Amino acid sequence: MAASVGRICGAKLLKRNTTNVITQISSFSTVREWAGNNRKLLTSLGIVAGGAGALIFALDQSVKASELELHAPEYPWSHSGYLASLDHASIRRGYEVYKNVCAACHSMRFMCYRNLVGVSHTEDEAKAEAAEVQVMDGPNELGEMFERPGKLSDHFPSPYPNEQAARAANNGAFPPDLTYIVSARHGAEDYIFSLLTGYCDAPAGVQLREGQYYNPYFTGGATSMAQAIYDEVIEYEDGTPAYASQLAKDICTFLKWAAEPEHDQRKQMLLKSFFMFSFLCIISFYYKRHKWTVLKSRKIEFRPKSKKC
Amino acid sequence: MSLATTINNLLFKRTSTFLLTVAACTFFFERTFDGSTEYLFEKLNEGKLWKHIKQNYEK
Repeated sequence: MAASVGRICGAKLLKRNTTNVITQISSFSTVREWAGNNRKLLTSLGIVAGGAGALIFALDQSVKASELELHAPEYPWSHSGYLASLDHASIRRGYEVYKNVCAACHSMRFMCYRNLVGVSHTEDEAKAEAAEVQVMDGPNELGEMFERPGKLSDHFPSPYPNEQAARAANNGAFPPDLTYIVSARHGAEDYIFSLLTGYCDAPAGVQLREGQYYNPYFTGGATSMAQAIYDEVIEYEDGTPAYASQLAKDICTFLKWAAEPEHDQRKQMLLKSFFMFSFLCIISFYYKRHKWTVLKSRKIEFRPKSKKC
Repeated sequence: MSLATTINNLLFKRTSTFLLTVAACTFFFERTFDGSTEYLFEKLNEGKLWKHIKQNYEK
């Protein structure tokens, strides 16, 4: 308090002042120097900023309160951890699950067969995978479009030609593209795993329309996607027992890789930058000490001339 | 003449040799640093990377 009074009044309090009190007080105020418009502007700006902050806070709170859904628990993924890479055997199995189960309704438009090379498949295997699908190409010399077996550079085929066709085939619901789905959903792979394995009977009082299924993890509870993951719905080529949880875990790992293909590289960079920046920190610390020795070790002394009071 | 003086005279004294030293050191440092961190990363993720499972699929 004393400090702020001193700051506003400056040295005036120390001086003897013979003028009358009213002018003295008004000269202490710093607010007087602002023009009237400026003061109004600042006040309204403050009110607007405070109001906007309060509104954002209130909206954030209200959204949390209004959601009636189960939040996915955190699962111990083999790739969770600062330095844990993706499990590539799991990515390979996840691709099998995608190809045989998910691809019936969901597209992965931004993935190419070449992306699999060196990640989950060898080049020959990826070529064989691509050759299994027929791709529309052309026009040829006659100006006609033709179909040919897929190549490494081809994208994964979409089950429907466009969104309208997908909606028409799925009771009005659009099966989302799965390429970036892990990044696009709150809870990421935990959510997807919970959603895939969380189907159950609707509780009493919940009305489901024709073609809807109950899933507590889906916002609103009613989803148009039927349960797709069952025990042994496919058979893995590497002989892993294909239980529903295993299938869901593998597809989640695959989708995680699809959404973040740079995942392993990024974590490796983290390791490198950790060592590199520690090294640079030590050097900067030493360099600073080195350069400041002169300043830090000198002594400044103030010797006033003795006054006779 | 001590070792430090020898090094200083041979490598650091002239700008040309100094820069050459920096360039050469960068090369060797980068190779060893990258190699060792990659080895450590692969050790930490033993059995999970493509490198560790690809022999199962290559003919």
